[in-house]
Amino acid sequence: QRGRIMAAGGWSWFRALALGVSFLKCLLIPTYHSTDFEVHRNWLAITHNLPLSQWYYEATSEWTLDYPPFFAWFEYALSHIAKYFDPKMLVIENLNYTSPATIFFQRFSVIFTDVLFIYAVRDHGESFLYSFPDSSSDIHFQYNGFLSGLMLLSVARLCQRRYLEGALLFAVLLHFKHIYVYVAPAYGIYLLRSYCFTASNADGSVKWRSFSCLRITLLGLIVCLVSALSLGPFIVLGQLPQVISRLFPFKRGLCHAYWAPNFWALYSAVDKALTVVGLKYNFLDPTKIPKASMTGGLVQEFQHTVLPSVTPLATLICTFISILPSVFCLWFKPQGPRGFLQCLVLCALSSFMFGWHVHEKAILLAILPLSLLSVQRAKDAGIYLILTTTGHFSLFPLLFTAPELPIKILLMLLFSVYSFSSLKSLYRREKPLLNWPETIYLIHLVPLGIFCEIVFPLTPWKLRFPFVPLLLTSVYCAVGIMYVWLKLYVSVLSERTSVRQKAE
Amino acid sequence: MGRVPFGLLQRLAMEKWSLMTITVLLALTVRWTVSLGSYSGAGKPPMYGDYEAQRHWQEVTYNLPIRQWYFNTSDNNLLYWGLDYPPLTAYHSFLCAYVAKLINPDWIALHTSRGYESQSHKLFMRTTVFVADLLIYIPAVILYCCSLKETSTKKKVSSALCILLYPGLILIDHGHFQYNSVSLGFALWGVLCLSYDWDLLGSVAFCLALNYKQMELYHSLPFFCYLLGKCFKKGLKGKGLLLLIKLAGTVVASFAVCWLPFCTDVEQTMQVLRRLFPIDRGLFEDKVANIWCSLSVLIKIKNVVSPQTQLKLSFAVTFLSLLPTCIKLTVQPSLRGFKLALVSCALSFFLFSFQVHEKSILLVSVPVCLIMNEIPFMATWFLLVSTFSMLPLLLKDGLLLAYAVTTLAFLSACVASFAIFEKTSAKDLQLKPFSLSLRGCVSWLKPFPRVVRNLFLLSVTLMGVLSVMSAAVHPPQGFPDLFPVSVSSISCLHFLFFLAYFNVIMLWDSKNSRNQKKVS
Repeated sequence: QRGRIMAAGGWSWFRALALGVSFLKCLLIPTYHSTDFEVHRNWLAITHNLPLSQWYYEATSEWTLDYPPFFAWFEYALSHIAKYFDPKMLVIENLNYTSPATIFFQRFSVIFTDVLFIYAVRDHGESFLYSFPDSSSDIHFQYNGFLSGLMLLSVARLCQRRYLEGALLFAVLLHFKHIYVYVAPAYGIYLLRSYCFTASNADGSVKWRSFSCLRITLLGLIVCLVSALSLGPFIVLGQLPQVISRLFPFKRGLCHAYWAPNFWALYSAVDKALTVVGLKYNFLDPTKIPKASMTGGLVQEFQHTVLPSVTPLATLICTFISILPSVFCLWFKPQGPRGFLQCLVLCALSSFMFGWHVHEKAILLAILPLSLLSVQRAKDAGIYLILTTTGHFSLFPLLFTAPELPIKILLMLLFSVYSFSSLKSLYRREKPLLNWPETIYLIHLVPLGIFCEIVFPLTPWKLRFPFVPLLLTSVYCAVGIMYVWLKLYVSVLSERTSVRQKAE
Repeated sequence: MGRVPFGLLQRLAMEKWSLMTITVLLALTVRWTVSLGSYSGAGKPPMYGDYEAQRHWQEVTYNLPIRQWYFNTSDNNLLYWGLDYPPLTAYHSFLCAYVAKLINPDWIALHTSRGYESQSHKLFMRTTVFVADLLIYIPAVILYCCSLKETSTKKKVSSALCILLYPGLILIDHGHFQYNSVSLGFALWGVLCLSYDWDLLGSVAFCLALNYKQMELYHSLPFFCYLLGKCFKKGLKGKGLLLLIKLAGTVVASFAVCWLPFCTDVEQTMQVLRRLFPIDRGLFEDKVANIWCSLSVLIKIKNVVSPQTQLKLSFAVTFLSLLPTCIKLTVQPSLRGFKLALVSCALSFFLFSFQVHEKSILLVSVPVCLIMNEIPFMATWFLLVSTFSMLPLLLKDGLLLAYAVTTLAFLSACVASFAIFEKTSAKDLQLKPFSLSLRGCVSWLKPFPRVVRNLFLLSVTLMGVLSVMSAAVHPPQGFPDLFPVSVSSISCLHFLFFLAYFNVIMLWDSKNSRNQKKVS
């Protein structure tokens, strides 16, 4: 079947596009690199020089190793190539070391590993194009490309009903970057329901008798094997608590330095607004208000003043409650791979909405699977357009240097024009993808962007209230993302009831 | 959920405007990322480079009265980057200086701002080039591609993409730092207007181009011959004469408007002309892919022949080489002939003329871009060679990475859009009429496509190897200029071959154009 598709000329087109995107990333090599660059350099040095037992204890630099062991092994492998480029980058004490060779090597490693992403995506051409703005994450320097590739591969395998491969890939992915634990419930429930129960009843409900012990054992074996490979050495050394504490640093604040546009951003914004109102009308005592600003640029713990403070446990409970309905849908009314994808997106979005110390890059986790859905139904396409535009816009504050500003604007425009026009032409026979309020909301992103990037820095308020653009961006995008989350939930739940009605 | 097939992508059939927007955005992104790199003369006192020259012109035009712009005074030392472009460049610099004054007056302060370099100033200068490109050159390219007849939307968008990704112009304008896109853009507007038979507008546009950079004279002969031919065709007794008078009037008026402040007295005009055409500077400077520079490897022409004879010799050879094309164009004015004449005349000038700089190859490249959709294979080959010929300059500016990536990207774009390796037959290269004239040579037509393809691959490999060696290897002791000289000699050989090719197509075009419908 693939031969037929390639013969249609699509393959060379896709190859040209993949090559083009890689070229663009090469041109971005001399651009600004963020602290993530130093983070990865430090990890290269740690894994290269120290024995395994020291990896999660090393703390010379403030950027300690906080990814699971597979990623550490990946850095270790890279470090062996790095020593041919510039051995000095592998010295732990060389904090903030940057030489041209170092920059070149690190950027090239990202571009190279993105090849995996391209491989994963060659069967899903469209989603590749819709994930194009991962280039912007390349400027910020992360290895998102190949991790997204792994996730796409595992999703693809599940959709092709190659369950064991999909499970294996996901387990491996989890041990590369533990952020993917957000979507683990979707995987778990789907595998349990659609794989371990080999058949369903006529009306779609669970057929308890068809439970296959063999399958669940196989799944368990895979998960245990991968975990053993990854965490095994650390369990033997008795370092598991230390590793866990590094991976899940709950000491950090509720919000990352730049507020991710989730529910807590709205919560904090309301809190701040109430504080201001309260001070003005003397409901509150000025001496009791802590001085620290929430978005000073660093990660801090913060207490809310008017509304009750939020604890990690509270966020965990909120997240758990918010993913329950989608998980129940997946259990009681499985609709095959599409239902799985919907649940995946909802899990990712819900965790983004209510999670503790969520980084706004986590929105990419939800956008990617949604892009797979968007080419199937018009309703999903509309939701996807809102989410992707808002999500990528919220990433703007990450790139704050003047020379890179036009690049992020151009890439954003490029991507938006592409996704809007391609989806519109795909669904040209159906009604418009977005209704009027949604269109107006998206259009207003433009004046917001102009205000935050161009107008505000030229006003005198810049020094007194440096966080205002970030606050405005986060809050505005949070509104959009909440709307998308609700709309997606409603569509999933209403679909379930309509299917049930059809069956009855 | 099954796999979404690739055929879906082809059925998308997005509208032309959205595809063009995407192309433009892509081109703009590439331009801006190149401009993040280094520029000419960065951190190299005392003279710096073209970047400092442009900044200095802003300083001079803003602070001094017009009467002093082209003269050597105590405030304006012509030896330190004196103005040597026509008045429109000066006006443009004045406009940029006006904006610069609003942001930071230190950038253009008289005398004290010499050699000023800072991150924000670089951002400002790069923005001026970016804006000029966006306003003048890019719209011209897009409109040109949209106006191509008998081509599908896909071909139009591909042409636009390939033209906008041409590495030479991007690297020189946004890397080395120049404003070639303004003059080339105006010339392109001229071509565009002429293709719609708006002759007066076309000549105004070309006069603007000419008054921005005097090198546009390379294009003046084809414009002149084409319009003259049109007048002859309309009949010199009636409409033709009227058109001729109107054109002459338009040209004189445009020149008058541009040169108004300098027409007040003869001394001003003469001084400007002296700055524009420095006849006493010699046959060539630096290493250029020119015939004179390449010949000087074997015979030192500068020592053998006197300066006056050098001037006469170069003029004679130049005009001899472009005479056939110009006569053909005057006698048979067609749009296709016009474009081909632009290429061959500019190439003749480049190869044989006086005081040619390597950046002048851009004047040949842009017309070649215009015929990209007709002869994609040759156009791609030429454009690659033209970028390669500027390699020594780019290496000096520290633009190696940008050069490598943009050239590879351009090659991939052309290969993907036009499938150039399949279009190497004699028919595709438009050599059919020529080969038919050489009767009895049909037998060598069979392996022709393969031979041509192999030559191309050989040429590209040679250029690649030489690029890598120039960048990575130190030249041997006795020959410090080995690599620049090799680059220019090899480019010169390629250009001679291309000159022959384009002349052949132009001269043998007659048989086809008479049989086909009117192309004008």
